[in-house]
Amino acid sequence: MGIRPIPRIVLLLLALAVLALGASGCGRDEDEGNAANSPDTTAQETTSQALSGDVIADGSSTVGPLTTAAAEAYRGEQPDVNVEVGVSGTGGGFERFCAGETDISDASRPIDEEEEAPVCADAGITYVDYQVGIDALTVIVNTENDWATCLTTEQLKKIWEPAAEGKITNWNQVDPSFPDEPLTLAGPGTDSGTFDYFTDEINGEEGASRTDYNASEDDNVIVQAVAGEKGALGYLGFTYFEENMDTLKAVEVDGGDGCVAPSAESAQDGSYTPLSRPLFIYVKDESIQTKPQVKGFVAYYLNNLVSLAEGAQFIPVTQDVIDENLSNLATQEG
Amino acid sequence: MSVSPNVLGSRSTGDRVRGTAFYIVLLVSVTIGFLLLGVLLVDVVRKGIGYVDFTLLNEPNSSDPQRAGAGPAIRGTIYMMVLLLVMVVPIGVGTALYLEEYANRERWYNRLLEINIQNLAAVPSIVYGILGLAFLVRGIGLGRVLLAGALILTLLVLPTVIVASREAIRAVPDSIRQGAYALGATQWQVVWRQVLPAAIPGIATGSILALARAIGETAPLLLVGALTFVAVNPTILGSFTALPIQIYQWVGRPQEEFRLLAAAGIIVLLAILLTMNAFAIWLRNRYQRRW
Amino acid sequence: MAATDLTAGAQPDTVRLRAEGRRWGELAVKVALGLCALVSVATTIGIIIALVVPSVEFFRQVSILDFFSGDRWAPLFEPPSFGVQPLLVGTLVVTFWACVVALPCGLGAAIYMSEYARPRVRSILKPALETLAGIPTVVFGFFALTFFTPLLQDIGTGVNVFNVLSAGLVVGVMLIPVVASVSEDAMSAVPQDLRDGAYGLGATRLQVSTRIVVPAAISGIIASFVLAISRAVGETMIVLIAAGGIAQITFDPRDQAQTMTAFVGATGIGDVATGSIEYKTIFAVGLTLFVITFVMNMLSIRLVRKFREVYE
Repeated sequence: MGIRPIPRIVLLLLALAVLALGASGCGRDEDEGNAANSPDTTAQETTSQALSGDVIADGSSTVGPLTTAAAEAYRGEQPDVNVEVGVSGTGGGFERFCAGETDISDASRPIDEEEEAPVCADAGITYVDYQVGIDALTVIVNTENDWATCLTTEQLKKIWEPAAEGKITNWNQVDPSFPDEPLTLAGPGTDSGTFDYFTDEINGEEGASRTDYNASEDDNVIVQAVAGEKGALGYLGFTYFEENMDTLKAVEVDGGDGCVAPSAESAQDGSYTPLSRPLFIYVKDESIQTKPQVKGFVAYYLNNLVSLAEGAQFIPVTQDVIDENLSNLATQEG
Repeated sequence: MSVSPNVLGSRSTGDRVRGTAFYIVLLVSVTIGFLLLGVLLVDVVRKGIGYVDFTLLNEPNSSDPQRAGAGPAIRGTIYMMVLLLVMVVPIGVGTALYLEEYANRERWYNRLLEINIQNLAAVPSIVYGILGLAFLVRGIGLGRVLLAGALILTLLVLPTVIVASREAIRAVPDSIRQGAYALGATQWQVVWRQVLPAAIPGIATGSILALARAIGETAPLLLVGALTFVAVNPTILGSFTALPIQIYQWVGRPQEEFRLLAAAGIIVLLAILLTMNAFAIWLRNRYQRRW
Repeated sequence: MAATDLTAGAQPDTVRLRAEGRRWGELAVKVALGLCALVSVATTIGIIIALVVPSVEFFRQVSILDFFSGDRWAPLFEPPSFGVQPLLVGTLVVTFWACVVALPCGLGAAIYMSEYARPRVRSILKPALETLAGIPTVVFGFFALTFFTPLLQDIGTGVNVFNVLSAGLVVGVMLIPVVASVSEDAMSAVPQDLRDGAYGLGATRLQVSTRIVVPAAISGIIASFVLAISRAVGETMIVLIAAGGIAQITFDPRDQAQTMTAFVGATGIGDVATGSIEYKTIFAVGLTLFVITFVMNMLSIRLVRKFREVYE
């Protein structure tokens, strides 16, 4: 080759430098002051000394974003504490929790007293549960869907029950007044507490569901699947609907008393039935008592629930729940 | 023997038309790939350029796209690159030296070794991930740590490094070796002092290219690593994330902003790859010995 | 003259022409290098053990017949169903569409580079192809989901947001360099004499390419096809991002489907409990995948060796 290749390197470096310089000036809003700060919280100082160490949380993908928001905010308080949040699903989270692998288990349903609690008991793991939010489990459809504004629980059952597999594939089978539009479904997989809760309430038995749908623990996949397909229907936690309100539509649910839309109010006052449910974190006793960083994080989390929930677009719990949480925490700390 | 009209006469119109049509078909085949590549690059740059800034390079991931960055991911990728370099080059070069300088080609086990390496090069990358999951993450209980990711990537690109090193070693003329032997050198002295130094540019080039390929691998890391939220810098025995994983997670988010962030991450990844490739080529051109 | 005459008068201690006794250092080096070589052997053994052992346990619980003949893949539901056909069909359909793009375009590019292009054009094309080959698959996946699928939707094909067509075609683009470079190697091994003879008889370039060069290089070309198919079967990221998550048997390219690789990827991300039946499905499917790609690779190696032998 006749050309000396060295100048190519120089050109490349120049190009990168220009790229970096030019790009740093434009693009998204530079919140210079807020680069690493937490959302505005009148954070109650839970400890004044510097903590360090790991806090491992895993579990529900519905609760996950709230715990993640708490983790991000906590990083502003205690930068040396590393909080890791996984989203293996409520079931997967409990498995790890009872195997001693995690400190906190995010859960969108209570621990199963028959199947999961004994595993923890056998492993000698004791814990306390705290309610951290309320979820209005939302049924979502595509924005171009103008016929399914309200569905009864019977209609939902018709769509989702095991007998529907391979058979109910069109909207006009759900109700003759609906148009001839192919029905595609998306929803959580079997490790998800959302799945457990929905199947229990709608199909009458936990875990009973048709299987021919786009099943994913990742709620973002569900959003994408429904937003991209006119005849799609799915279900997921309220937060994910709120985050994607411009690309999704929520269906009102008629639980017997008329059509109710999911919202913070209808969830808190109980009118959004049967799909409103409490959200929990389960915290290991041993972690609270022996790991100060876990204690610090949980205390921060529970003290700032309302502001965290608002920042992360969750439905906050009522004050008496918060009070109960704090007194339970004091007991757990021993 | 019948003589076709083409032998002495000029081309018929039919031939010319067919010839031109064929030529056009070939041109189209060639350009399709590059056209799509070009469109891909333009699309990625257009979507992501606005997000390539210091926040991207330094900050950890966040649920708020305005604050999300790939800092720990980039650091994870760099740490893995270093670990990879340290592990894969000695083993790869060692194997290549064994095969080229020491092994008796006639022996069945050496031939099996060669076939084995060829096969390993073609195993899907996700199977390496399964290997890592079974032995490293679960088997010896290493867990989903940086070291596990680096080990699996080492095994993944080892065949590539071996092949490149072998070619570099083979390119060293035999006269160099014979001359050294004639002066009384032992086999190891010949290898260490004559062959290896001569082959280093080729080995370095091959290693860097293999490394570049490893950096872009995502599938094995899905099974061996990847957490939703990693805020601190990675450590060897700690949880980690890597740039391709971060990109994958961002692509999975439905919000448009995260797609743009993913594009920005891709720009950074491609920049890193381009630099490595250019460096490897420069190295090859600058130091290549002509025998 | 005997060698001993030369050394007769020399001091016996200063000149040694042969090593005394074994050179332990040399042996140590050989052992050390041999150990390096064993790493690759250990890897293969590791892969086989990692795949086979849990699969054996899996097949004790699920009969092989059910696995291969069942058409419903629902391992995580109650009651679970372990028919792998949907995953196989998903892989098949994606591979098919990938071949639709990769085989013709790759072969066309190879013929162009080998028979038509001027040397300067070739010297640009080859590195450009290598660049295409170096792009990470996650980038291609991003492209398939965020650009190609919307494009297909805009032109009115009615594809799903996750669909096999988009993923398959993009996998094909990714594989064009594979087909092109191996085919081109095969074609350049064809002796120039054959071409010259044909030109001398007045053949057109079209005739030389299609009737002389391609048939002569056919085993190498087929090797490149087999290699591309094998790579398409093993591709994970593009299908994971763009092809969807419903394991269903469908031949409509606008539908979504799940491939074997996507299933392993999606299941492996979550933390399935070790020892559970879901965990073992990863290995059973992984083993199936490994066997398929292994067989194809052996085939491809055989073919390459064949075309190399013919002309050397």
